Amino acid sequence: VTMATNNPSVFLLTVNGQIEGANFPEHDNLYCKYCYVYGHDWAPTTGLEEGITQITCKNSQTQRLVWNFPLETTFKSTNPFGWPQLVVSVYGPDVFGNDVVRGYGATHIPFTPGQHKRSIPMFVPEPTWRLQKFTGWLLGRRPEYTDPKVVAQGEGREVTRVCSQGSVTVSFHIMSKDMKKMGYDVGPSHVHSATPD
Amino acid sequence: MASSRDILEKLAMKHRALQETLVKNKHADDVQALVPSAKVNVGKLQPTMKAAESSDEDPGETLKRTLRAQRQRRKELLLSKSSVQESHNNEETEEVSTIKRYSPNDKLADKTEESSVISIKPPSGSYGSATPQPSSSVFLDTFVTQHLQEKLRAARSKGEKLQQLEASVQSPSRLQQLRDRDTVTRFDTRQVDPVGAGRHDDPPVLHNRIKFREAARRVRDLPTAEESYNFFTFNFEPDRPNERLSRKRQIRRKSAEEARDEEEGKAAEVEEDAGGEDDQDETVNQSDEAHLVQNADDLFVIDHSPQDFLVVKKAEYVSYHTRIQQESELFTPSFRTVPASVKLPENMKPRFLEEEGLYVGKRPAISLTNENILENRLLKMDEGRKWFGDDGRIITLPDPVKESSTRPPLADMEEDLHPALQTVYRRPLKSMYGSSDPTGDYQIDVNVSGLIFSHHPLFSREHVLAARLAHLFDQYLTRRQSNLSGHLTDKLNGLRNALRNVVKVHGDQDLPQALQRRIFEYSLEVRNTRHLRDMEQEKDRTLLKNIIKVWKEIKALREFQTFTNTPYKLYLRRENVDLAADEHMYEEEILTEALEIEAEHEEDYQKKLAEYKKQQEEWKRWRKKQKAKKKKKKKKKRGQTQDDTDEEDQDQEGSESEGPFEEGPPKPEPPERPDFDSIEQWVREKASRIRRKPGEVILTPELSASGSITPSELCPRAEVARREDVSKRSLFIKVLYNDKEVSRTGSCSLRSDFRVQFTQLFHLKILNCPQSMNLQVFEQIGSSSSLLAQVFVPVPEPSVVTGSAPVETFEFSSNQRVMFDHEGVGSDVPLSFEPDGSNKVILLTSGKLACCVSWGIGEDDVPRAPPVSQQLGAAHSGLGHLDAVTYIGASGLYDMKKISEWATQSRLDPNDPNNASIMQLLKVASSGEVTAPDYFRLEHLQEEFNFATDEEMEKSKRFRLLRLRHQGVPEFRNYKFVPAFSSETSEEVFKEYDRRLRDEEIINKEEHLDSHRALVARYLQKIRESVINRFIQAKHHYLLSDLVVEEEIPSIGGAGSGILGLNLFKLAEPKRPLKPQRKERKKVTAQNLSDGDVRLLINIIRAHNIPVRKPHSNKPGQSSQSAIQGSEWFISQVQVKPFVEVSFQRTVLQTTTADGPNPSWNEELQLPFSAPNGDYSTTGLQSVKDEVFINIFDEVVHEAAASNKERRPSVHTQTEKHWLGSVKIPFSTIYSQSRIDGAFRVNTPAVLLGYSKEHGSFAAYDHFRKPNEGTFIRLFITMEPQLVPGEAIREKIKEMTFESQEDERLLQASETFERAAALRYPDRPCITTVIDLNGKTVFITRYIRPLKPPQEFLDAFPNNPQEATTLVARYVSLIPSLPDELSFCGPCDLWSTCDQFLTLLAGDEEEHAVLLCNYFLFLGKKAWLIMGTAIPEGPTAYVLTHEPSGFFIWNPSSGQCFERDDTFCPLQTIGCLVSSDNVWFNIQEKASPVNMSFDVTNTSWWKPFFSRSFSHPGLSSVQPEELVYFHTDRAAASDLQDRIEKILKEKVMEWRPRHPTRWNRYCNSILKQFLPKLELSRGQDVAKAHRHELQNLLGDYRIAGFPLHMPFSEIRPIIEAVYSTGVHNVQVSNVEFALAVYVHPYPSYVLSVWVYLASLTRP
Repeated sequence: VTMATNNPSVFLLTVNGQIEGANFPEHDNLYCKYCYVYGHDWAPTTGLEEGITQITCKNSQTQRLVWNFPLETTFKSTNPFGWPQLVVSVYGPDVFGNDVVRGYGATHIPFTPGQHKRSIPMFVPEPTWRLQKFTGWLLGRRPEYTDPKVVAQGEGREVTRVCSQGSVTVSFHIMSKDMKKMGYDVGPSHVHSATPD
Repeated sequence: MASSRDILEKLAMKHRALQETLVKNKHADDVQALVPSAKVNVGKLQPTMKAAESSDEDPGETLKRTLRAQRQRRKELLLSKSSVQESHNNEETEEVSTIKRYSPNDKLADKTEESSVISIKPPSGSYGSATPQPSSSVFLDTFVTQHLQEKLRAARSKGEKLQQLEASVQSPSRLQQLRDRDTVTRFDTRQVDPVGAGRHDDPPVLHNRIKFREAARRVRDLPTAEESYNFFTFNFEPDRPNERLSRKRQIRRKSAEEARDEEEGKAAEVEEDAGGEDDQDETVNQSDEAHLVQNADDLFVIDHSPQDFLVVKKAEYVSYHTRIQQESELFTPSFRTVPASVKLPENMKPRFLEEEGLYVGKRPAISLTNENILENRLLKMDEGRKWFGDDGRIITLPDPVKESSTRPPLADMEEDLHPALQTVYRRPLKSMYGSSDPTGDYQIDVNVSGLIFSHHPLFSREHVLAARLAHLFDQYLTRRQSNLSGHLTDKLNGLRNALRNVVKVHGDQDLPQALQRRIFEYSLEVRNTRHLRDMEQEKDRTLLKNIIKVWKEIKALREFQTFTNTPYKLYLRRENVDLAADEHMYEEEILTEALEIEAEHEEDYQKKLAEYKKQQEEWKRWRKKQKAKKKKKKKKKRGQTQDDTDEEDQDQEGSESEGPFEEGPPKPEPPERPDFDSIEQWVREKASRIRRKPGEVILTPELSASGSITPSELCPRAEVARREDVSKRSLFIKVLYNDKEVSRTGSCSLRSDFRVQFTQLFHLKILNCPQSMNLQVFEQIGSSSSLLAQVFVPVPEPSVVTGSAPVETFEFSSNQRVMFDHEGVGSDVPLSFEPDGSNKVILLTSGKLACCVSWGIGEDDVPRAPPVSQQLGAAHSGLGHLDAVTYIGASGLYDMKKISEWATQSRLDPNDPNNASIMQLLKVASSGEVTAPDYFRLEHLQEEFNFATDEEMEKSKRFRLLRLRHQGVPEFRNYKFVPAFSSETSEEVFKEYDRRLRDEEIINKEEHLDSHRALVARYLQKIRESVINRFIQAKHHYLLSDLVVEEEIPSIGGAGSGILGLNLFKLAEPKRPLKPQRKERKKVTAQNLSDGDVRLLINIIRAHNIPVRKPHSNKPGQSSQSAIQGSEWFISQVQVKPFVEVSFQRTVLQTTTADGPNPSWNEELQLPFSAPNGDYSTTGLQSVKDEVFINIFDEVVHEAAASNKERRPSVHTQTEKHWLGSVKIPFSTIYSQSRIDGAFRVNTPAVLLGYSKEHGSFAAYDHFRKPNEGTFIRLFITMEPQLVPGEAIREKIKEMTFESQEDERLLQASETFERAAALRYPDRPCITTVIDLNGKTVFITRYIRPLKPPQEFLDAFPNNPQEATTLVARYVSLIPSLPDELSFCGPCDLWSTCDQFLTLLAGDEEEHAVLLCNYFLFLGKKAWLIMGTAIPEGPTAYVLTHEPSGFFIWNPSSGQCFERDDTFCPLQTIGCLVSSDNVWFNIQEKASPVNMSFDVTNTSWWKPFFSRSFSHPGLSSVQPEELVYFHTDRAAASDLQDRIEKILKEKVMEWRPRHPTRWNRYCNSILKQFLPKLELSRGQDVAKAHRHELQNLLGDYRIAGFPLHMPFSEIRPIIEAVYSTGVHNVQVSNVEFALAVYVHPYPSYVLSVWVYLASLTRP
């Protein structure tokens, strides 16, 4: 897309960073999936939109799961509505070796340019019945969201019950271009980062 | 007191005393008469008083004796004085007893009066209680009391006489008798004996309790002669009680009969005794119970000393036997179990709630024995059964004890506690925000130093006077200190001197203006000062006079009462003066004053005079004017002729007549000349009044408290009682801070000078803003304390710090009414010091509290007060009210009142720019120009939150786009990248949308080809909109399954082998089974899909009965052979080489070519699927209208060479494909079914040129058809991945509870019915209620009603009902099908009635089925609606008819009919049958029609909805009574026909862009002629004849073609159908085409469209 630099019609948002790790006190050998949820006026231009990390297991000392999985995506947009959200879901084997979900979580990509660190609390849906909890445990079929992206939407969540699990730490390095020119002021750091045109 | 003579003497003395005291008593009586109720109240409602009074008797004997002695002494003293006193002798002299009554202590007299009043009251039921009801005092109005008093007095005298008379007659024997009788109880014996002794003591004092007590204690001694005399002479009247009763009744009735005076007299005496609180008389005499009660009452009121009842006896022994006997009377509950029948009401069986499935809590554990005992005990009680529950056990609450400890065990607390649980102690920190708060480290010191009563109820009269004196003296001291009169005198003198000087200096000459004014000012000043000085002097003098007067009163009182209570002594210091000088000064002063006054008066006079003159002048002028006026008038009136002589008269007349309307100034009065002689006189008088007379000694009062107080031993009894009372009292002070008690002083006893010293300092460390400080003064008597007064202390200024703050005195007072029977004057009681009782004053308890409240000082000498700058009040208000919104709430912002209230409370700074708006608002509001709106706005801040105006929003293209997208308008639903600026938004975007909007208004005739249909489409659109709106909310209602995928628990005990078993079985199953079965795949929600992700999997398995080629011959003659040689062809020839071509969304895939009429392909075709606009949401997918066309073609290979019957590989061949038939499956069906599996009937054209069906069809009624008659293809269609179908919105609607007109009971029943059905047979559709077009729930049977089909069908075959039936079925099938999902943009199932259906000309299978069923019913058939599942439709509706030959199943959308046992019947399962009066649910083992019984009367096969238990409530039908059919215009039909033909021809040419398309006109016309015949025969039985005809006509043309038949709805499906046949794909250069269209009109615009398409190739 060739845009006149003076009159941009889109602004760009570059998300660099990494899914650093997680803290799941009860589980081990987990991997993480990520994807973005964004509005109609957003489109990823470069970079991976979704990905799966390696399986990592805990160090006996730190009790932390480390993925250090890089994120690198650039979005273009015309409208801040539907600002991208990072949706992460963590999976891992249960006692019987079935791959079950260990947590869902989402966070908005930070607005302001610069470095940010986010700790995303994770949760999983709860079975409706006790019995289901048991059979689910036995058969490795835990309740899952129909779509991990559900956690990035507000509608309809009232029908679910969830249980908190742990947290995932993500660091972001945000750059944005032309936002100010289009009239969106996202904070003081933006002013300083104004590049000479 | 030894002899009777003494008594007589004493009586005489007492008589005189009486006379004197009567004065006071009268006054007391008056008061009593005025406020009887108050009196009674005080007497009774103040137990403290009673206690105080009774406490007199409590102390030991010595005290009583001294008291008595004192009183005697005082009496004597008074007697000696009585000659001085005025005497009012109103009473008879012989009235002896009254002397006692009116004892010197008037308080006591009061008391007796009062108690007599009480005792007169009728002995009501409640009288037995210790105190009479205060309300009873209502009866005692003034009149009654006075009346009674009079009566009493009369009676007393008479009674007295009688007593004396009877005394002599009284016989001791009788007395003895009485005594004997009375010694029934120990109590009485003990009582009577002392009575007898007591009598002798002093008869008049009999009622004096103390005396009696004394006597009682003297029992052990021998009675004195006097006592015995009295005892024996006393009159014991046995019949008194009765009389007394009657007397009481009389009194109650207020009837005083004179005739019974005597009796009354006696009665009154008795009462008097009672009034004197002497009860022994009555105890002796009374047998009446009521009186006993009364006595008891009196007994209890009086505080007997314990000795009175103390009796020494030997220890009681109860023998063992009697004890056993006594104990046997006690109830000992049995240990045995109580039978349940006893515990329950009669004829009731124990009911155990647990067994009924109700939850019953666990009962607490009780041992059986205890329970038995308890039960036995309870049963002994009245209503003992109420303690037992239905189960025959004692009703108990569940065991409250939790089984497990709620506290987590912390076993290893000491050793290794988890680090996360380790607690770390942190020092409490002060909030960093709190420093500026007034809730800092502040301290208030409250120093309570002391208390002085200026009046206290225990003040004696002397105290009252002394307090007055002290007060006056205080005044005097302050006045003397300020010395105002002295100052003023000096000032006056100074002024006078100055004035004199001025006058002296300037003499009498003309003074300059300024000086004159100065003189005037001086004189004015002199006048004022003199006035002030006079006033002050007068005050001084009166004060001095008052002091002396009060002091004199005190002295008199002290003398009178013979003791001194207060230490005050007033000394008057005399200061002798030089008489001459004094006189001189005095005279001089008077003279000066007189002169001054004269001068002033003169001046005044002059002024007034001047004024007068001025006024007079004015008046005269006015008068003149008036005269002039009148003259003028007169002249006008009378003209000039009038004589001037009677001017005066007229003047008068005129003035009279003029008077009313012109008021002139009044005629001034000349001022009076002051009388200078009287002035001096007046001045002198005044001087003598206010000033010391010349030569008079100057008196300087000095008050000292050096006097001695008479010791108690020397005081009379009443005073001693008072002093004792005082000494009993103590006071303490509670310190209340913000209405909370923070501390209290120790209780300090009240000193005899009524001062209390506390001198206690309290340090209050405060955290909250001081709002109020309150000191409460409490008075304590014994252990009870009462609040005397409250003193509110202002919160000190921050600058007031301990040490520097002076002690302040705060006055307090209390309006409590207190009265005593001793020397205490009481409070709120009228009190008079005048001998005649006038000049009464009412004194209230009051005093001064000295205390000092100040801010404390910390250790480092820093005042612990809030900073001075911080206004306490503001800070305080700042806490709660600083924020307007939090204070009054956001909604209150529109309430001006509240705002202003808040503003005043929070003391907004009007100059603060932050407050400018509020101030402005308030200003406007207070000016009344703006009133609060009287309407209510839900979002009153909406406008403020709008970031763009509505116009801007309208104008901006970008905003419009955003809004449309947000609204979910289809065109923009998934619009990506709305440009950031309006300028970049192109108009193009909206074009389509705008056009659509426009089109909705103007119906596009081109598309609909029919004006009626256009209207219908519009109507449909409207309904759609409304329904969409209705469902929008339902869509946003999420279910758990929408969000969470959860493995369902396999049904336990159902068909499966349980959860575990099933899965174990799964584990064991072979990895690669020989006959693999399709498994359910995981469903995927369509959210994260994109184009290319979704594929349609179509598994084409095999086909049956495909038409075979006819032996192709160029020769015309051969055609006749074909029929004959059919069987040979079958063997020898290649019959057909069919392949299947699947087209979906313009993607075309085909299978390999197979051989023969029953080919087996077994191939899977994958077709990509792309959703419109890339919208893979559920709604997006549901709105996909595309259909899957599965076409069967025959691959025909022609050799290009002319050689026949020789097939060489080298020869050019030409492959043609001939369409044989098609199956059409809408995508929506696949989507909603998620998989389609089955044999489909191939839609073959009625005539297939060049092909023949293997078995010719039979021209008979449908049910004679053989099952293998049609062509069938077996398919399996599904999607990859499996998409979660939008589950029917019905479920959600149910939750939303759409409104319904159905009975609530019916709806509930239907819900239970459906739920039960779904639970048992989840795959069998069961529908009892449906939703109509208005979105209302309607019971399904209401749709079934016989309806008349169009008359022409009935007329067509009057003799053949079967034909008519087919016609009707065909008619119904010609109404276009339109799935509800498509028409209503959502998976909802709306049922329209038949007339709506016919108007809309579009509907689901249900509508078709209902209409068909209704027609069949009209035709007299037994017909039911079948709710079941079929392929490919899924859940659908069919019609079942019962005819003599059996049951038939009709597919309403195709008009086809199947026998029950037809294996190719598309109906797979039957869920329920519906008739007009019932619904039957299929509970048979099998659900397929082949294996079923249709006997609905058998309830083991069919479960009826309406049964005997729930009968049909007589539901009326929603269908119209009769359907109105419109005659369809034939001309319109032919018009449409032409247009369709034209469009199709254009389309065919369009589809062949590279080749010329030639139309064979001849063939066209032949085909056209042929089509109506096809319509007439409904596509049957014309093929052969037709073929022959064609063959003949067309000669050697090789012809391939077929007629297509379809119901008409729109042009698009027709085009699609034509396209799918692929006729246009013939690439041969010499191909010609023939096309014919025929539209046959049926009533109500139902159109049958025939399209005949053929390709002709010339060989």
